[in-house]
Amino acid sequence: MLEKALSGSRNYWTWVLSLLAVIGVGVIFYLRQFDYGLGVTGMSRDVSWGLYIGQFTFFVGVAASAVMLVIPFYLHNYKKFGRMVILGEFLAVSAVLMCMLFIFVDMGQPTRVVNMFLHPTPNSVMFFDAVVLFGYLLLNITIGWTSMNAEKKGFAPPAWVKPLVYISIPWAFSIHTVTAFLYAGLPGREYWLTAIMAARFLASAFAAGPALLIILAIIVRKVSKFDPGKEAIKSIGKIVAYAMAANVFFLLLEVFTAFYSSIPGEKNPFFYLYAGLQGHGRLVLLMWTSAILAVISLVLLIVPKTRNTEKTLLAACGAVFASLWIDKGFGLVVGGFVPNPFGTITEYWPTIPESFIVLAVWAIGALVLTILYKVAISIREENAGIEIEH
Amino acid sequence: MSIDRRDFLKMIGASAVFALGGMGVVDGIVKDNVEAEQFRPEPGALLAKQWAMVIDMRKFKTEGDYKRIISACNNIHNIPDFSDSKHEVKWIWTDTFEHAFPEQEQGYAPESLKEMPIPLLCNHCENPPCVRVCPTKATFKRKDGLVMQDMHRCIGCRFCMAACPYGSRSFNWTDPRPHIKKENPDYPTRMRGVVEKCTFCVERLAEGKMPACVEASNGAMMFGDLSDPNSEIRKVLESNYTIRRKSELGTGPNIYYIIGGADNAREGAKRE
Ligand code: SF4
Ligand code: SF4
Ligand code: SF4
Repeated sequence: MLEKALSGSRNYWTWVLSLLAVIGVGVIFYLRQFDYGLGVTGMSRDVSWGLYIGQFTFFVGVAASAVMLVIPFYLHNYKKFGRMVILGEFLAVSAVLMCMLFIFVDMGQPTRVVNMFLHPTPNSVMFFDAVVLFGYLLLNITIGWTSMNAEKKGFAPPAWVKPLVYISIPWAFSIHTVTAFLYAGLPGREYWLTAIMAARFLASAFAAGPALLIILAIIVRKVSKFDPGKEAIKSIGKIVAYAMAANVFFLLLEVFTAFYSSIPGEKNPFFYLYAGLQGHGRLVLLMWTSAILAVISLVLLIVPKTRNTEKTLLAACGAVFASLWIDKGFGLVVGGFVPNPFGTITEYWPTIPESFIVLAVWAIGALVLTILYKVAISIREENAGIEIEH
Repeated sequence: MSIDRRDFLKMIGASAVFALGGMGVVDGIVKDNVEAEQFRPEPGALLAKQWAMVIDMRKFKTEGDYKRIISACNNIHNIPDFSDSKHEVKWIWTDTFEHAFPEQEQGYAPESLKEMPIPLLCNHCENPPCVRVCPTKATFKRKDGLVMQDMHRCIGCRFCMAACPYGSRSFNWTDPRPHIKKENPDYPTRMRGVVEKCTFCVERLAEGKMPACVEASNGAMMFGDLSDPNSEIRKVLESNYTIRRKSELGTGPNIYYIIGGADNAREGAKRE
């Protein structure tokens, strides 16, 4: 089936080549990092994780969100998602790949990565995270690819795919829960030490992922004959609305606990992120951008008229994605490290090499996604008119 | 001891590729090795069930008292000196009382107490979060309570740095070797991309010597076996009021501080 990715329009090739160019630049910066060490990034003794781990966290959410299509389609027999569900599964595949790459580029000794499996450590959440992510990748590749293959031949997918689909549902929840546990079980990091972390992660994931999916679906419809369906997009819009509302609600719960209890350790990260602390406030502008985008998106999503109009829905989805990208992909990590265990502040800001490496990982994700979508769309275009029962 | 173990692990590392099929076996060997060497200590080695340290702030009078202990550690252990504080590597250092014990915050305490420099190092926690989170067992706790770091297994994920509530761990953001002032050939240097911290001078204990900082402290730091009721540090703990850093977190830190009374606080002012 992969050969379908090898024929395409001029625009398709321009897009693929631009992605390859970005990847190339990132690889050069990565070689520099590989040689010099992680000192090329903005991370420090005090803020020892940065954009890499933040992006990892964010994209685990995107990957998990495929389940928001899988549940209605497979469990509730919601047929309108029939054409969309494959887009979700393939998005999950490329997102998990990005997660793995982000972990990889964050390692100080990447050549020793196998140590994680040579010395399996069940009490380490990171070990579990690696295991569940890998499993999720396999599940989604298998499910997506087999369904596509069957569809190409005009058959329903083989019966053994169904159980895999059912397994993939709790599995999706597990990858993001385990990722939240990376943060939520550490003594002395008050910004992370909260029982609601996993729930917050899931809510933000189920907003950001489907929002991205709407944007992708609209792009796909523009560049191909494949139409994911107006109704499907509308339904996903509703999912984004609920999830985003839950996410903002959870964030407000955190704010209440921190400020009503008035415990300095709980309040200080919020002060640092949203107001600045001890004269340091490099993230303030960014965090407020995220907050304002969240409010705008919520209004657009809750008012039925704007939610059901594709233009405003698209704007809302863009706002959701950007807002959560900042909040979870950046602020969350930094907030756990500032102030440091001594109550003092070391600030973090990504450097140019670090940013280009991040861009390259996105480009790899985008490339994989492009190829998978291209295959899926070509098959759909060929089989246009034939409706397949999953 | 450390050299043997390192070499051994290197060997294991090299054969790891072949061992993919026999993961359990490799693990078994490594574990046995650790335990075997703990059961067969070299003659003359200092042994304990739980090593711990008491730092008596009453005995730190001058700036030199601090410098001595810190350079003792730095010189022996090939600690690099980075001008950029973001890339700093430190095993023992000082910070103010206020920063070391933020939970003791008290606005009306004498300035001299708030500003008193406190020596800080890894607490060799009884229940160490750094060990709990490490995905490769590169950081592990020995039977004598030492929390150790295997530089040859560490993948540099820095999960342990996020987990340590004391800021005790340093990462080698770049090659530390060019930044070592005078290399001690008897102690290994580290490479970029791995985490390190105070080892309670495991290599000296194995030779029957006290930790370097303790030796250089002129009695201001004491080191001994917490599980032995007759040990010096048990006596000191029984007869003095001591505090530990963030003990409310349940980590069980094994560094105890005697801060001293008002007299000492007044003295503290002179040390700056
Ligand atoms: S002080 Fe930090 S590094 Fe040392 S044992 Fe405790 S948690 Fe681990
Ligand atoms: S940085 Fe090294 S020691 Fe620390 S958790 Fe990762 S592998 Fe373990
Ligand atoms: S015990 Fe040894 S390793 Fe630890 S700070 Fe003192 S001299 Fe350094």
